[in-house]
Amino acid sequence: MTRPVRTLLVWCPDWPVIAAEIVDGVPATASVAVLHANRVVACSPAAWAHGVRRGLRKREAQERSPELLLIDHDPGRDARAFEPVVAAVEEVAAGVQVLRPGVCALAARGPARYFGGEEQAAEQIVEHIAQVCAVESQVGIADGVFAAGLAARVGRIIPPGETPRFLAEFPIEALGRPDLADLLRRLGLRTLGDFAALPAADVLARFGVEAALAHQLAAGHDHRPLVPRRPPPKLDVADTYDEPLDRVDVAAFAARSLAERLHERLAAHGLACTRIGIEAVTAHGQELHRVWRHDGLLTAAAIADRVRWQLEGWLCGRRRTRPGVDSAPTSGIVRLRLVPDGIVAQVGLQPGLWGSAGAERERAHRAFHRVQGLLGPESVVTAVLGGGRSPVDQVRLVPWGDERSPARPGCPLWRSSTGGGDAPSDTPGSQEGADQPAWSGTAPPWPGRLPPPAPALVLPTPLPAAVYDTTGAPVAVTARLELSGTPAQVELPGQDPMEIVGWAGPWPLDERWWAPDEARRRARFQVGLADGTALLLSLATGRWWVEAIYD
Amino acid sequence: MAGRRVVGATALSAVPEGLVRPASEPTGHILPVLPELSELLPSRGLRRGSTISVAPDPARRGSSSLVLALLAEASRAGAWCAVVGVPTFGAVAAAELGIALDRLALVPRPGPEWATVVAALIDGVDVVVAAVPPALTASVAARLAARARQRGAVLIPYGAWEGADVTLRVVRSTWEGLGQGRGRLRRRGLTISACGRGAAARPRQVRIWLPGDEATRVVAGPTPRRVARRPSLRLVGDAA
Repeated sequence: MTRPVRTLLVWCPDWPVIAAEIVDGVPATASVAVLHANRVVACSPAAWAHGVRRGLRKREAQERSPELLLIDHDPGRDARAFEPVVAAVEEVAAGVQVLRPGVCALAARGPARYFGGEEQAAEQIVEHIAQVCAVESQVGIADGVFAAGLAARVGRIIPPGETPRFLAEFPIEALGRPDLADLLRRLGLRTLGDFAALPAADVLARFGVEAALAHQLAAGHDHRPLVPRRPPPKLDVADTYDEPLDRVDVAAFAARSLAERLHERLAAHGLACTRIGIEAVTAHGQELHRVWRHDGLLTAAAIADRVRWQLEGWLCGRRRTRPGVDSAPTSGIVRLRLVPDGIVAQVGLQPGLWGSAGAERERAHRAFHRVQGLLGPESVVTAVLGGGRSPVDQVRLVPWGDERSPARPGCPLWRSSTGGGDAPSDTPGSQEGADQPAWSGTAPPWPGRLPPPAPALVLPTPLPAAVYDTTGAPVAVTARLELSGTPAQVELPGQDPMEIVGWAGPWPLDERWWAPDEARRRARFQVGLADGTALLLSLATGRWWVEAIYD
Repeated sequence: MAGRRVVGATALSAVPEGLVRPASEPTGHILPVLPELSELLPSRGLRRGSTISVAPDPARRGSSSLVLALLAEASRAGAWCAVVGVPTFGAVAAAELGIALDRLALVPRPGPEWATVVAALIDGVDVVVAAVPPALTASVAARLAARARQRGAVLIPYGAWEGADVTLRVVRSTWEGLGQGRGRLRRRGLTISACGRGAAARPRQVRIWLPGDEATRVVAGPTPRRVARRPSLRLVGDAA
C-alpha cells in the first residue's frame, strides 16, 4: 500500500469571525460569535474565553458572554474574504486546493524541497500570509489531508510515517461524523487509535461503507488525492503602440490582429465569449471603455469588425467635437485591450436550415452593430411585448443583442377574433365575446387592458390636455364614475380646440394601490375627433392626459 | 457612410463578397405587401431598391398605421426591418398587424447622425423606415435613395421627400365603433392615394380597412347538411 500524499494544510482559526472583520469591519478582538440557525458556528478567542462554544444556542451564548457581538453566518462573505489568502499562498507555492473557506491544502513536497525543509516551508507560508493579508494562520504537515487538518489545529509537523501514532491520541469525535462517533463511544471506542485497531473488513461488515471510510482516515490511510485549484486563465489581450493610432484604417488593422490573437487564445481554451469589452488608452491618458453585447457567439472576424466600428465611432466623434461629450478621444490611441466577458464553452455555431436565412440575419446584425458603434449600444433597441394594461406598460425596449425578456409577464396580444365585428364586448376588461385574451394558464390575464386595435403612436410621456363639455366647462369624473358633462371638445397644448364626435368611457384603472409610490388611479377614454383622429385619453387626479394616438 | 461617394466598379470591388446584393436579383426582388395595398404600388409589392415615401400628416390621420401596414406582410415573410427616428413607435399595434418584433430594430433617436445611421441600416436591412428630419438636403436624400437602389433595400421615408418612386398619402380616415359614451374603436377606414414616377405616374386611390378584413370578416356558420341524406341501415327482411 502506498503512503498517503504528504500534505501541507493552512488553517486560519475562526475564519467566519476573521472574514466578518475583513469584510464588515467587526472587531475580531472583541467577543464575537457567528450564528447560523440560532446556533453558534464560530466565535472569537475572547468569546471562547468566556465559555462560548460551537453549537450553543444564541441565548445560552449571550448568557455566558453578555457583551457578545452576534453576526449572521454568510458563506459568501467567508469565501470572498478567503480569496486573497489563497492568492497569497499561490504566490509562494503551487497547486492549492481550497477545502472550505479558511482551510486550504497543498502537496508538501514541492515547497519543502524549494525552501529547504518542511519547517521552513511552513514558516514561509505563514509569514507570507501574515504580511500580505494580515491574517493569522497555522500550518500542519502530515500524511493525508485529514491528518494534516488535525496537525494544523495544534500547529505541528508530523514526521513521515508517524501519522497513525499521531492520530491515535485524538478522540473519536475528530472524525467529524457525530452519529458514528456517538455509536462508537457507546461501544467503548473512545479514541481514533481504538477505532483504527479494529479489522477493516469487520468495520465494513458491521457499520457500512461510511464507517469503513472513516476507519481508513483514523488509521492514517487517507488516499483522497489533492485537487488543486486551477487559477482562471488570463484571456484578455492587449497591445501597446509607440505611434499613436489616429486613423481608422491603421486602428482597424491593429484591431484585427488583436482580435485574431484573442480568438486564438479563446479557442485554445475551448471557449467563446458573448460580450467583449474594448478598452483603449489615448496618448493623453484618456481611458475609453465600451462593452459590446452579442446574443450569438462572436467569431474572429466579428470581433475585428466590432473593434473597427467602435474605433471609427470614437475617432469620428473626436472630429465632430460636440460640446459636453467627453467620450471622444483627444489624441491617438496608444494602447488597446480586449477583455472577453460572458465566457461560455465553444459549442459551434448553428446556421439556419436554409442558408440564405442565416446570411440575412448576419447582414442585419452587422448593420445594427454598426449603428450601435456610432451612437452607443442603447441606441438600437428592439421591442419586447409583455403584460400590462396600458400600451406603454406592455412594451419594453431592450438594446439590440440583449436578452429579450418582457418587463411584466403575460401576452399583450388578443387572440384574433373570428366571430365578426359585432362579437367583442364593448368594455375593455370584460372577458366575454370572441376577443378573449390568448393567455395560457401561467401568464396573468391583466384585466382592464384595452382591446385591439392598439394605438400606432404611444407617447412615452403623456401629453397634457383639456376636455370641455358642451357648455365649455372642464369635464370631471366622480368617484362613482359619473361624468360632469358630455365631452364635446378636446384641447391640446398649442393647438386649437377640436370637436369630439365620438367617445367611450370612463374605464377605470386602479393599479398597484398596495404600493403607495407606484400607485396609479385613472379613468381612460377613447375619443374620436371630427378630423378622423382618435385619442386615448386618461384622467388622473383631475388632469387630462393624452396617453396614445390612434394614428 | 453618407459622406463617401461610391464610384463605379472600383468601389464595388472593394466591398466584401456577400455584403452587396445586386438590385436585379432574379428571385425575391419584390417584398410582399397586404393585398389591399398592392393596388397602389406599380410592382404590386415593395420592389427592392425602390423608395416609397409616406407623406407627412400633421393631423395624425393614419399615416403611422399606413407605415405599419406597409411593413406587415414583408416582415411576416421574413424580411428584416428597421425604424429610425420614431420614439413613439407603437409596438403592440405593429405586432397586431403581424410585424415580427424580433426582426425589427428601432433607432428612436438618431440625432445629428441621421443620414449615417440610415445609410448603415440600408446596407444590412431589407426595409428601412426613416422619419425625415426637417433640415434634410436634397443631395443627402438622393444619395440615400441611390444607396438603397444599389444595396437592394426598400427605403420608406416618412415625411417630405423629393423624388420617391411612389408617394403614398392618406386622404381620408374614419373610425368605426365609437358612439356617444359607448362602444370602442373597432376599425378604421383609410383612403390612400398614390402617385409617383414612371409606372406609378397615374394617380391611384384605394380604401382599406385596418385592422384588415380577415379580422372582421363574418365567418360562415357550419356547412349546412345536405337535405337529401342517404338513409343509413334499412331493414330488408322480416326479422321474425
